[in-house]
Amino acid sequence: MSKIYKSAERALDGILFDGMTIMAGGFGLCGIPENLIAALRDSGKKDITAISNNAGVDDFGLGMLLQTRQIKKMISSYVGENKEFERQYLADELELEFNPQGTLAERIRAGGPGIPGFYTKTGVGTLVAEGKEHKEFDGETYILETGLKADVSLIKAWKADKEGNLIFKKTARNFNPMMASAGKVSIVEVEELVETGELDPDQIHTPGIFIQRIIVSKNLEKRIEQLTTRTKKEGI
Amino acid sequence: MAWTREEMAKRAAQELVNGYYVNLGIGIPTLVANFIPDSVDVTLQSENGMLGMGPFPYEGEADPDLINAGKQTITELNRTSYFSSADSFSMIRGGHIDLSILGAMQVSEQGDLANWMIPGKMVKGMGGAMDLVAGVKKVVIIMDHNARDGSAKFLKECTLPLTGVKVVDMIISDVGVFMIKDDGAVLTELAPGISLEDVKERTEANFKIEKHLLTL
Repeated sequence: MSKIYKSAERALDGILFDGMTIMAGGFGLCGIPENLIAALRDSGKKDITAISNNAGVDDFGLGMLLQTRQIKKMISSYVGENKEFERQYLADELELEFNPQGTLAERIRAGGPGIPGFYTKTGVGTLVAEGKEHKEFDGETYILETGLKADVSLIKAWKADKEGNLIFKKTARNFNPMMASAGKVSIVEVEELVETGELDPDQIHTPGIFIQRIIVSKNLEKRIEQLTTRTKKEGI
Repeated sequence: MAWTREEMAKRAAQELVNGYYVNLGIGIPTLVANFIPDSVDVTLQSENGMLGMGPFPYEGEADPDLINAGKQTITELNRTSYFSSADSFSMIRGGHIDLSILGAMQVSEQGDLANWMIPGKMVKGMGGAMDLVAGVKKVVIIMDHNARDGSAKFLKECTLPLTGVKVVDMIISDVGVFMIKDDGAVLTELAPGISLEDVKERTEANFKIEKHLLTL
């Protein structure tokens, strides 16, 4: 059965519902599934719980789903770049669960192999630890964090073959590999789709078993949030 | 004269040791990269998934797939490796990073740190700060010694929500340097033109004074 879909809209067909939980890869606007987020917006599905490190910016990335009020709850580590997010949050229109970034990454990694919980030192003695089980190991205190899964994971990779084997590019990898394994259905959009056998099996970052549907990105913007450059001869 | 932002960053760069893996926070800590001595070889980690961070790209050469944790465009070095956020925080949470240099809103005399949230104001999130202070071997804070309204930031107890408990090893502020040890804080250096009386007046925390206090 082919995993290849002709468009983001078709790839999302039949698997979306109101009140669903999605994961979306990316760090800031780097490595986000642009086409799939736009198609999720166009689907009009609402009351979504979105698990993503950030919330995009006002008019791009997950920010687009905030503008249309399709997101009920965000689970993130940092949301500083989004004014509409701030407005909805302060007006109590949006639920927000902050996770330390490493805890968020580990919760998603745990979701893939079905690990229901794990202990970590991160957050002990802070607001993050409130209401969580505390346990001592070798004289140090740890808190219990739970694994996370999603109904649908939206993934961005650089290359895929037709089996769904993925290669990511540079820092666009970020949360994408763990989210691919934590989704009941994981959909990837890629810049380049190659024939099976063309990727070096030793260089594959995410094996195809974690990917159910594949599309090729169209009109990728790849917006840069903080363009920072130097002129020749200058130091860092 | 109290230290400027650049001078604080330059002082922090003296904490870098050959062979260290280092994570620099956003803001003044990022400036530390400008002052790494030529004789010291350190590898910078960026928590979005990069070890061996290079300088900013030349104009026209920025790559949207290559950014640092402050979302700035960056370049790679020949030693660079890329990895997932989970692997990145295995490095940070598992104690594999030697040094983290971060900013602060408040630090207590026991080394508690508050740098992510002011209740009642918009909360942006802690990002990787709680993981860094929980896992990295040595935590150095660079901060202005007082808030804009003049209030003390080095306190007996933090009043803002904490990022971590007993996690700070050293504070570099515009007035000098404090070490935080198991038995309390010690003032070890004074910035040029700053007197002991100045520091006492501008600090709420209790601190001892190093026997051989370095005055510049």
